[in-house]
Amino acid sequence: MSHALASTHDEHAHGGHPPTSTGLDHKKVAIWAFIGSECMLFVSLISTYLIYKGRSRVGPFPHEACLPPVCATALKPILNIPVTSASTFVLLMSSLAMVLALAAVEMKDQPKHTFGERLLGNSKLWLFMTAVLGTTFLGFQAFEFTSFVHEGLTIRTNLFGSSFFTLTGFHGAHVTAGVLWLLTLLAIDMRRGLGPKDALNVDLCALYWHFVDVVWIAIFTLVYLIK
Amino acid sequence: MAHDTHHEAAHVDHAAMGIEKEHPTWSTYWKVAVVLTLVTVVEVWIYYIPSFVASKLFVPSLLIMSAFKFAVVVMFYMHLRYDHKLFRVLFTGPLIIAMTTLVGLMFLFGKLKLGAGAIP
Repeated sequence: MSHALASTHDEHAHGGHPPTSTGLDHKKVAIWAFIGSECMLFVSLISTYLIYKGRSRVGPFPHEACLPPVCATALKPILNIPVTSASTFVLLMSSLAMVLALAAVEMKDQPKHTFGERLLGNSKLWLFMTAVLGTTFLGFQAFEFTSFVHEGLTIRTNLFGSSFFTLTGFHGAHVTAGVLWLLTLLAIDMRRGLGPKDALNVDLCALYWHFVDVVWIAIFTLVYLIK
Repeated sequence: MAHDTHHEAAHVDHAAMGIEKEHPTWSTYWKVAVVLTLVTVVEVWIYYIPSFVASKLFVPSLLIMSAFKFAVVVMFYMHLRYDHKLFRVLFTGPLIIAMTTLVGLMFLFGKLKLGAGAIP
């Protein structure tokens, strides 16, 4: 009993989490360690893509047309830069919505007098916007993958196809996980409301989401723009 | 406007979240978004300039702009500039190892070369 009381006292003294040697919540330390390990995963996938770049024996190719006799019929460069630029913009804006969602949760208890304050303090709106923008990005990716398959590029066609679909597919899977996480937070917000005491949990999701964004920043340049 | 100053909310556990300096205001977040958008526009714009694509500046400028965007998101949106230094170590340590491995692999497979004696 006394031990339980002491434990509760300790947790209260350390801001609702058990005392740690760093004074930081373990969940936040863990998410940064996880993000560090994810850096290594994505750099290994990007390395593989770059090493195989330009070594495909058959088309379609990313930036160059494939002409007979290499390809049975003439194939145009397969990457669609305008569509990918639009999806990149969507993902960047989702990061803005995410950071506004976190700020709204942190300041939930503060009085809001103007329309602008109420708009910026609406965590449900910004969580919903982030999820919608993330889903839109996934829609762009589904469109891109489908059009590539219709143009004759699958994961088994050539080295470019294998490394491209693996890299962007892994990224898409991460975005999907992020959208599910966001929808979970949105459901909690709708059910009981997210407040400042939940800021850490929203911060963890935000860090993951921004990481997915920075990975795409690298992929967009290295895969799509550099010829 | 109340949102211009990122007041210390009574129940946000800043210590547990590792917040050492106050996070930026919402107006900073908007400015960062505008900067990121403009840099992306420039990246795509130079992609469509054949003379620039053919020049030696094309790849370095794209890499610099990409690194800039990466750093801005990590510093301002992920708050690494404002949070505990342990988080910086946990992120930059693996990133440095990963980037060193990437560069090593590029040399190993002949994608990067030093001088005339490079691997073909």
